[in-house]
Amino acid sequence: MSVHTEHREPLIRLAKRDDIPRAQAWAIRAAAILLALVTGGLIIAVLGHNPIQVYASMVEGSLGKSRVLRETVKKAIPLLGAAVAIAPAFKMKFWNIGAEGQILAGGIAASYFALFWADSLPRPVLLVVMAVAGILAGGVWGLIPAVFKARWGTNETLFTLMLNYIVLGFVRYLQAGPWGPDLNANGYPKIPMFDSAALLPKALGVHIGWIIVLAVTALMFGYLKYSKQGYEIAVVGESVRTAQYAGMNVSHIIRRTMFLSGGIAGLVGFLQVSGASGTLTENTAGGIGFTAITVAWLAKLNPFVMIAIAALLAILEKGADTIQTLYTIPASAADMLTGIVLFFMLGCEFFISYRLIVRGKGERTHE
Amino acid sequence: MDNQANYAIELRELTKTFGEVVANDKVSLTLRRGEILSLLGENGSGKTTLMNMLSGIYFPDHGSILVDGKEVTIRSPKDAHDLGIGMIHQHFKLVDVLTAAENIILGLKGGGRLDRREVGRQVKAISEKYGFEIDPDQKVYDMSVSQKQTVEIVKVLYRGANILILDEPTAVLTPQETAKLFAVLRNMRGDGKSIIIITHKLHEVMAISDQVAVLRKGQYIGTVPTCETNPQKLTEMMVGHAVSLNIDRPKTEYQDLRLEVKGLNCRGAEGVKALEDVSFEARGGEILGIAGIAGSGQKELLEAIAGLQKVESGHIFYYPPHPNSEIAGLHVPVDKAGEELVGKTPTQIQKIGVSLAFVPEDRLGMGLVASMDMVDNMMLKTYRQGKGPLVDRKPPRELAMRLKEELEIVAPSISTPVRRLSGGNVQKVLVGREIASSPTVLMTAYPVRGLDINSSYTIYNLLNEQKKRGVAVILVGEDLDVLLELCDRILVLCGGRVSGIVDAEQTTKEEVGLLMTHLSGTGKEGAAV
Repeated sequence: MSVHTEHREPLIRLAKRDDIPRAQAWAIRAAAILLALVTGGLIIAVLGHNPIQVYASMVEGSLGKSRVLRETVKKAIPLLGAAVAIAPAFKMKFWNIGAEGQILAGGIAASYFALFWADSLPRPVLLVVMAVAGILAGGVWGLIPAVFKARWGTNETLFTLMLNYIVLGFVRYLQAGPWGPDLNANGYPKIPMFDSAALLPKALGVHIGWIIVLAVTALMFGYLKYSKQGYEIAVVGESVRTAQYAGMNVSHIIRRTMFLSGGIAGLVGFLQVSGASGTLTENTAGGIGFTAITVAWLAKLNPFVMIAIAALLAILEKGADTIQTLYTIPASAADMLTGIVLFFMLGCEFFISYRLIVRGKGERTHE
Repeated sequence: MDNQANYAIELRELTKTFGEVVANDKVSLTLRRGEILSLLGENGSGKTTLMNMLSGIYFPDHGSILVDGKEVTIRSPKDAHDLGIGMIHQHFKLVDVLTAAENIILGLKGGGRLDRREVGRQVKAISEKYGFEIDPDQKVYDMSVSQKQTVEIVKVLYRGANILILDEPTAVLTPQETAKLFAVLRNMRGDGKSIIIITHKLHEVMAISDQVAVLRKGQYIGTVPTCETNPQKLTEMMVGHAVSLNIDRPKTEYQDLRLEVKGLNCRGAEGVKALEDVSFEARGGEILGIAGIAGSGQKELLEAIAGLQKVESGHIFYYPPHPNSEIAGLHVPVDKAGEELVGKTPTQIQKIGVSLAFVPEDRLGMGLVASMDMVDNMMLKTYRQGKGPLVDRKPPRELAMRLKEELEIVAPSISTPVRRLSGGNVQKVLVGREIASSPTVLMTAYPVRGLDINSSYTIYNLLNEQKKRGVAVILVGEDLDVLLELCDRILVLCGGRVSGIVDAEQTTKEEVGLLMTHLSGTGKEGAAV
């Protein structure tokens, strides 16, 4: 009778999933990574190399020896730190894409003490002062957009983004002037290396930033899950109206959270200048603040999951470096591999939230 | 076959599923020409889904639709419209800045030229024929809700509809406006139009329809001629078992002044005056109903009392409960001479020992956090309690378990996000939490909206229990029949002003209805208090 029925349904349509068994979600993720590897392999093959060999070198080059492993860990530290930093802001649905600037702000403040107070302060005090300065500077840099948002309802996305450029410009100014040629004997426009007293000590061959970041990660997990302030952040993120109804001071919570977010990013800045590079450069943040957004998002804002994601990204990055030199694969191609993996990982979340229904199937199965 | 041709519409075994949910399960239905059919059913019984299939918004998974005896395929609203089916939705789809006439012709095909005079003439003709009052040149933003509805109806008539579907048309109307609408519908019936009206108000079903079709949980239960049934029987068809339709109004021992609102003025979100010189008293041990057309200042009034709405001028005084009442002494003693609430934040109000419970209209957007579970929602207002920076989830967990049992909340567990619960259970979670704070004032806005009959009665009972404990209950409602049965006094708001405070036992629906649309002399307010 109803011959028209079948023409109606589109070939493929989407339906939002209510819930998905955990095993199925992980199966989708595994499939995504496999597909990413296959796609990446095709590209490697087109470039004239053996995909399996190249992949093996990537792993070898990032995890194989303790030296490269340390390099990988060094890459993962700021990534994890910055991701943990933006987690509370994102949980509050305050789109802080200014971690980059907050890292630099923290780096500048820490560098100031490293450059000018290294002689007059004992080493432990100097390092603590640098860390606190970094946290405060990053916190203030995060606080500014929060104050404007609470006061005048400005858009935090644009605001935090623009603040990145301001602070980056300031670093360039310092490099070219007061902290560069003026401090260097040879007048080179570069900020000099810190005094060894201003460098972070090492543990297991890597600067102790890794211990600090792991501790911050664990604290953040507890803060978001078990603290009163973490609860407030979750409520504000879900609905400002509900937060007001519950008697919460929403603008205060926004300011406090952004200070915290910026503060942790500032701490990462301190770790970068004092631990990783020993000085402040334009590349101290080097896009970490943006990559951290990917890390936080993939981890669904769970700090512990961020450890795995940050590690994975660091491995990819380090592995890409290795194959560049080993196989003379251009840097852009190596970056493309990283991009492909990320694309598939982010894309598969879509299939975890939605399912595809092919015409004539799906909804009728129960009949 | 003869018989079939008499049907304007015949639905045969229509089935529609959304994922796992079967919204309509083999529903068959017939509508004769020149007949008004009420489609009755509780929320979620599939009324709107069924009508959306008829108007081309959804396409059925199975089954067939016959219009005038011929099987048809309705793929889009345009197909429905070509078949002479017009639907008037609950939420109007009008362009505010355009006039009535412009809205009516909007989207119609035609040449590039728009003959306003001709459109105006036709609109007038339709209006006169059926008894509408409409000014074709009036802008929609200047219209009342009922006028907007009129535009929607004229719009489908202008497009030549013979079959009209109205989705809960009276939900937004006063009794007087409802009567007017019904008169118009009867005129249309006289003209041979077929009408389906979706509603869950039983007395309206009895008043307007010729036939009643009942749906329950997506199943078609049956059709009965209106003259052969009564509200009790219809309820049993809807719910599936016998229920008592009487609402209790218990007498209480102590009625003492709890809240005194004096000359309250405030502005709403867009700077529009929302409350103007509002004065009234709320007493412990009584339910004060607040009636009024939607948007007459109900929301602002409750939020002003709760400390969530900025007040321009005026006072709200709070008095502690009578020392003999059950709820006396549960909280920090408050100044007997009255505590001013204006200018205080919700936290400050809480700190001075005023226990305000507030069940807002927007349950999942304001009263609860939709993505959180029952436990986390329980502590929304109490999470600050306890020392240290960490939250103590033990008391809220216990409360959640207690409420789940006592109020028979249907949820997979107390750690299910509340947005997954059904409307009735969401409301039980919210009302349960608010009552658990042992309030002295309980404010609720539309507490039974979207709830099935059983849940509604649970809520009424909970309100009555609080009243008996000596709580001042303030109930913003939309169903006047319920307000009249449940409340002790009813305050009527009209355009942000108090147009009257009446004794619920003495007054009639008509009187309240009149007060909703007209401001009477100011003498009335004083007299009734």
